[in-house]
Amino acid sequence: MGIAMQEYLLEARQMQALSLGVHIPLVCFGIAFPAMVLFAEGLWLRTGDPAYKALAKRWSRVMLILFAIGVVTGTILSFELGLLWPRFMEEWGEVFGFAFALEGVSFFVEAIFITIYVYGWDRLSPRAHLMSGIPIVISGFTGAAFVISVNGWMNNPSGFDVVGGEVTNVKPLAALFNSNVWHELIHMYLAGFLVAGFLVAGVYAVSALRGRRGTYYRAGLVIPLAFVALAAPAQMVVGDWAARTIAKEQPIKLAALEGLDETTNGAGLTVGGVYVDGRVYGGIEVPRMLSILAFHDPDAEVQGLDTVPKEDRPPVAIVRNSFQVMVGIGTFLAAVGAWFLWARIRRGEIPGSKWFLRAVVAAGPLAVVALIAGWITTEVGRQPWIVYEFMRTEDAVTGADGIPVGYATLAVVYVGLAAAAFVLLRRIAREGPEEELRKGVDGLEALP
Amino acid sequence: MAELAAIVLVIGLTAYAVLGGADFGAGFWDLTAGGAERGSRVRGMVKRSMGPVWEANHVWLIFVLVVMWTCFPPAFAAIMETLYVPIFLAGVGIILRGAAFALRGEAGTIGEARALGGIFALSSVVTPFFLGATIGAVASGQVPVGEAGPPFESWTGAVSILAGVTAIATGAFLAAVFMAADSVRAGLPDLVNAFRTRALGAGLAAGALAIGGLLVVRADVPDLFDGLTEGAGLAAVAVSGLAGVASMGLVATSRFGPARLTAAIAVGAILVGMAVAQSPDFLPGELTFADAAAGHSTLVASMIGVAVGLAIILPSLALLFRLTLAGRLDPDFHPIGAAEEDAR
Repeated sequence: MGIAMQEYLLEARQMQALSLGVHIPLVCFGIAFPAMVLFAEGLWLRTGDPAYKALAKRWSRVMLILFAIGVVTGTILSFELGLLWPRFMEEWGEVFGFAFALEGVSFFVEAIFITIYVYGWDRLSPRAHLMSGIPIVISGFTGAAFVISVNGWMNNPSGFDVVGGEVTNVKPLAALFNSNVWHELIHMYLAGFLVAGFLVAGVYAVSALRGRRGTYYRAGLVIPLAFVALAAPAQMVVGDWAARTIAKEQPIKLAALEGLDETTNGAGLTVGGVYVDGRVYGGIEVPRMLSILAFHDPDAEVQGLDTVPKEDRPPVAIVRNSFQVMVGIGTFLAAVGAWFLWARIRRGEIPGSKWFLRAVVAAGPLAVVALIAGWITTEVGRQPWIVYEFMRTEDAVTGADGIPVGYATLAVVYVGLAAAAFVLLRRIAREGPEEELRKGVDGLEALP
Repeated sequence: MAELAAIVLVIGLTAYAVLGGADFGAGFWDLTAGGAERGSRVRGMVKRSMGPVWEANHVWLIFVLVVMWTCFPPAFAAIMETLYVPIFLAGVGIILRGAAFALRGEAGTIGEARALGGIFALSSVVTPFFLGATIGAVASGQVPVGEAGPPFESWTGAVSILAGVTAIATGAFLAAVFMAADSVRAGLPDLVNAFRTRALGAGLAAGALAIGGLLVVRADVPDLFDGLTEGAGLAAVAVSGLAGVASMGLVATSRFGPARLTAAIAVGAILVGMAVAQSPDFLPGELTFADAAAGHSTLVASMIGVAVGLAIILPSLALLFRLTLAGRLDPDFHPIGAAEEDAR
C-alpha cells in the first residue's frame, strides 16, 4: 500500500482515546455488575426479603441499559480499528485477531443471557432465573480476558516472525497467551469491580446521607462495598506484579513511569509531585525504592530513558503524571476499603460516620479517573509504537481525510449520550424500591 | 481453508442482514407510525418485539468484522480506507440507535420520549442505508487495493445507493412480518392487521427494488450481473424470488409463522447470491478471497474458535429464541406516545 501522509495523527489518537475512555467504564459494569446483581438475588432467595429482590431488579434494569450503551460504543471501537489504523489491521490482524474472535463468542453469550436474565424476571422459575445469570458473569470475565490479550500483545508482541519485512510463521495461540495477559487481565478485572462497586455504592451513600434507611438502601451500600473492600487491597499486589513485568518487558515504559532519565543502580522512587520539562516538582524521594519495587533488589540497575533515541521515547510527562494519579487514587480507594472492612469486622457494622459516606461518594468518580489514568499510562507509555518495537503508530494511521470532522462528531454524540444517560439513570435512582416490585423490567407498570 | 472462512463470513453477514436488518426495520415502522396518538400502539409493539433480541442480533455485526479482519486483513483494511465515510456514519447511527432505544424506556416525560424515540427511529433508517451502500460499493468493484478510492464517489454510484435503499426496504419487510407474528402472540388484532398491511407494502417495495436493482447491476456492473444470472448465483436469486413470493402469499393469508422463515430466506438469499456472484473475488477486480486470506495457522485457529464458539452460541441462541417465541420473555405491551403519561 502506498504510504499516505496523515496530518492529524494526534487527533486520530485522541479520537481513539475518547472512544475507549467512554467504553472502558461501561466495561467495568459488564465485568462486575452481574456478580453484584446475582449476589443480591441470592440474598432474596435465601431470606425471602423483597427488599433484596427490589435491589436486584433495579440493578439489572440499570445493567441492561449500561450493557446496551457498551454494545454500541464497543461497536464503534471495532470500526475505528480499521477506520483509523488500517495499516495496523492489515499487517497484524492475522496475528492478534484470533483473540477478538474468541471475544466475539463471549460477547454473544453475554448478550444472550443478559437478555434472558433481565426479561426473565418473574417469568422464569427463581432457580432458572438465577442460573441464567451465571453465564453473564463468566462471559464478562472471558470477554475482558480476550480484549486484554490483544492489548498485552501490542505491548509485548509475540507469536510471529518477521522475515524480509514480512510477518510470517504466525502462531495465534502464542500471540493469545503473551506475557502481559495475566497481570493486565487481573488488574483490569479488579479495576472493574472497583469502578462499578464504588459508583454503585456511591448512589446508596448519597441515600444514606439524605437519611434514607431500611434493608434496601443498606444492602445497596454493603454489597458493592464488600466487593471493593476485597478488590482494593488485592489491586495493590497486582499493581506491583504489573510494574515488575513492565520492568522486564518494557524498560523504557518503566523509565517513563518514573521519569528516570539516566540508567541508575539502586534507583530511587519519587512519590507524588508533578513532572514538568524533565523534572519532578514537589515529590518525596525514597532512595533505592524503584530498584526494590521493580526487581526486589536494592542495587538493581534500572534502565533510563537515555538508552533509546529521543524519537523512541514516550511522552514522559503524560505517562508519569497519569501513573501518579492512578497510584494516588488507588491508595485512597484501598484506604476506604480498609475502613469499611475494619468497621465491619471490629463492630459488625458499616462505618456510621458521615465522612465515610462522603468518601464513598467521592470514590466512585475518582475510581473512574484512576481507571482512565491507568489506561493512559499503559497506552501512552507504549508510544511511539502501536506494536511495541515493530510498528510505529504514525505508520499505522489511515491516510483518510476528515479525521477532525469525525472526532468532533463523535465528541458531540458522546457528550449528548453522557448527559442523557446521567439524567435518566439519576431518575431511576430516585424511585423508591417499592416501585421496582410493581413494575416490569422495562420500567413500566404492568397493566391490569 | 480460505473458502471455509469466506463461507463463515457470508453466513455471519446473512444472519446480520436478516436479524439485525429486522431490528432496523422495526425502527423504520417507528419512524413512519404517524403522530403521537395514532402511532402509539405500533411504537409500543416495536419496543416490545425488539427489546429482548436486538443486542444478540447486533453481535452478528461484530462477528462479521472480527472474521473479516482476522481472516482477510488486507480486504478489511482496503474497505475501511476507501469507504470510511459511510462506515463511520453507520457507526454513529449504531451508537445513536442503540443508546436511544435503551434509554427511551426510562424517559419520564413525553418530550424526552419523543426526542429519544425520534433519534432511535431516524438512526434506524439511516444506518442500514450506509451499511447497504457499503456492501453495494464493494460488490460493484469500487474498492481498490494499494491506493484508497475517492471518499464520496466510491459509494454514491447507482448500485450503492440502490443497495442502501434495498437494505432499508428488506429490513422493513422482515420487521413487519416478524411483528405481525408477535402481535398474533400478544393477542392484539388491530396490530396484526397494521403489520400485515405494512408487510405487504414493504414486500412489494423490496421486490421491486430487487428487480430494479438487477437491471441497474446489468448496466453498471456486468460481471456481477453475469454471476447473478448463471449457476449458483442464479439459484440464489431464484430462491430469493420464490421465497419472496411465498412470503407475500403467507402474509396475505395471515400465516405469519411460516412467513417468518420464508421472509428470512428471501432476504438472506440476496446476500448469498451477491457473494456467490462475485466469488472468487472478495474485492471485485482487485483481490480474491484466497489472496486476501491470512496465513494457514490463523485460519485454522479462527475456524476452530468459530466452531467451538458456535457450539456454545447456537444452543444459547436457540434457548433465547425459544423463550422469546414462547412468550416467556415478552415484556408487557404498552403504547408509546400520547397515552404514555396515563400508563406511567
